[in-house]
Amino acid sequence: MSSFTAIVRRDLRLAFRQGGDGAMAVMFFVLAALLFPFGIGPEPELLARVAAGVIWVTALLAALLALDRMFMTDWDDGTLELIRLSPLPLELAVLAKCLSHWLVTGLPVLAATPLVALMLRLDPSSLPMLMAGLAIGTPVLSLFGSAGAALTLGARRGGVLVSLLVLPLEIPVLIFGVGAADAALSAGAGAAQLAILGALFAFALPLCPLAAAAALRQALE
Amino acid sequence: MPPSTMAARTQGHFSASKLDAVRGEKKLFSGLDFNLPPGGALVLTGPNGSGKSSLLRLMAGFGRPVAGHFAWNGADIARDAEAHRARLHYVGHQDGLKPALTVAETLRFWAALAGSPLADPAAALAPLGLAGLAQTPCRFLSSGQRRRLALSRLSVRFAPLWLLDEPAVGLDLAALAALSALIARHRAAGGSVVLSTHQGIELDRTLTLSLADFPWLRSQDHTELGW
Repeated sequence: MSSFTAIVRRDLRLAFRQGGDGAMAVMFFVLAALLFPFGIGPEPELLARVAAGVIWVTALLAALLALDRMFMTDWDDGTLELIRLSPLPLELAVLAKCLSHWLVTGLPVLAATPLVALMLRLDPSSLPMLMAGLAIGTPVLSLFGSAGAALTLGARRGGVLVSLLVLPLEIPVLIFGVGAADAALSAGAGAAQLAILGALFAFALPLCPLAAAAALRQALE
Repeated sequence: MPPSTMAARTQGHFSASKLDAVRGEKKLFSGLDFNLPPGGALVLTGPNGSGKSSLLRLMAGFGRPVAGHFAWNGADIARDAEAHRARLHYVGHQDGLKPALTVAETLRFWAALAGSPLADPAAALAPLGLAGLAQTPCRFLSSGQRRRLALSRLSVRFAPLWLLDEPAVGLDLAALAALSALIARHRAAGGSVVLSTHQGIELDRTLTLSLADFPWLRSQDHTELGW
C-alpha cells in the first residue's frame, strides 16, 4: 500500500510545485464556459436552459487536457519502468495515477462549478444534482482516460489520438450527467440518472485499470 | 512479509537456457545460455545493437523471450513474476528523475515505491557521494550526478540481483571507484550483478557473455516464428 500512496503523493507534489496541469484544467474550464454567454447571447432564460450541458461539456474537455501526460512523463524519464518493477500490481498503479489525475483536474473543476453555474444562470435548484453528477462522473472520465492514455503511449501526437479514442466513450457519462441536472427541474429527482452514472463508475473502476495495465505492459516490452 | 518475498531476498543462482530473442522484427540472439552463481558478475559484450539492453530488459521481466526461459535457483522466473521483481534492481538508460523534486525526495519516492520506506535518505546517498546534494532539485544536477542518483537506488534496499545497463556512462573517476566498491560489497554479500559494459569499473572473477556467439540460424526462421 505504501507504493500506492507514494505514487499519489509524488504526483500531487509535482502538480503543486509545477502548478501546470491542475491550474490549467480549472482555468480552461472557467474560461471556456465563460465563452458561451458571448457566443449565444446573454439572455438569462437561454443561458439557464443550456447551463448544465455547457458545464458538463467543458468539464469533460478540461479532463482531457492533461490526459496525454498521465503516463507520458513517467514513460519518457524511465519512472514507468520502476513502477512496473515495484511490488504494486500495475493495475493498482494505474488506479493511483487515476486518483491523482482526478485530484488534480476533476476536484478543482468540481470546486469551480458553483461559480460557473452562477455565471451561466443555472437554476439554483438543479445545482446539487449537477454537483452530485459531476462528483460521480469526473472520476469515470479519469478512468476511461487512463485506458486511452496508456494505449496511445509512445504514439506521435498522442494527445489528439487520446481525445479521439476517449471522447466517444464518454458520451454516456455526458448524457446521464446532464440528464440528472435537468431532471432536478422537473418532477423526477434525477436519482435514476445518478444511479446509472454510479453503474458506469462501478464498470470503469475495475475494467479501465485492467485495460490500461495491459497496454502499459505492452509498451514497456 | 509473505514467504515468497522472504525467499526473494536471499541469494541464488540466476541462469538462462536456450533463449531466443527478437526486437521488433530484428532477430537478436538464439540458443543463449548462462549460469550466474551467487556473488558472480556477468558482463555482456557485443557490438551496438546486438541486444545487450534487450537481454537486460528480458532479465528484469519486461516482456518474455521468444523461446527459452530464465531461472532463479532452477525455478522459471515467469512462474512467480512478483517474487522475481522483488529480488532485482534494474538501472536502465533513463535515470527516472523529475526536475521539480529534490534528490532526497526522489530517493524517498523510489524507496516507498519499492515497498521499503526510507527513514534516512542520506545513508543511501553517501556511498556515491551525493549526501551534500540531498536538498538540491534534480533540475540542477549534472548528467554524472543524475546517473549517481539513479545508481543510489541500489543502496535503498537489498536485492540479490542487480541488472545494470551501461552504469558507468557519465561517471567521473571518483564515482567509478565508488560504484566498483558498491558492486564489490554487494558481491561479497552473495549478490550477483549483470552489466552491459564494465568500462572503468573494477571487477574481478567476471564471467563474459558475448552475444555474437549466439546468432540466429537461417533454418530457424521459418520453423519457429512463422516468417
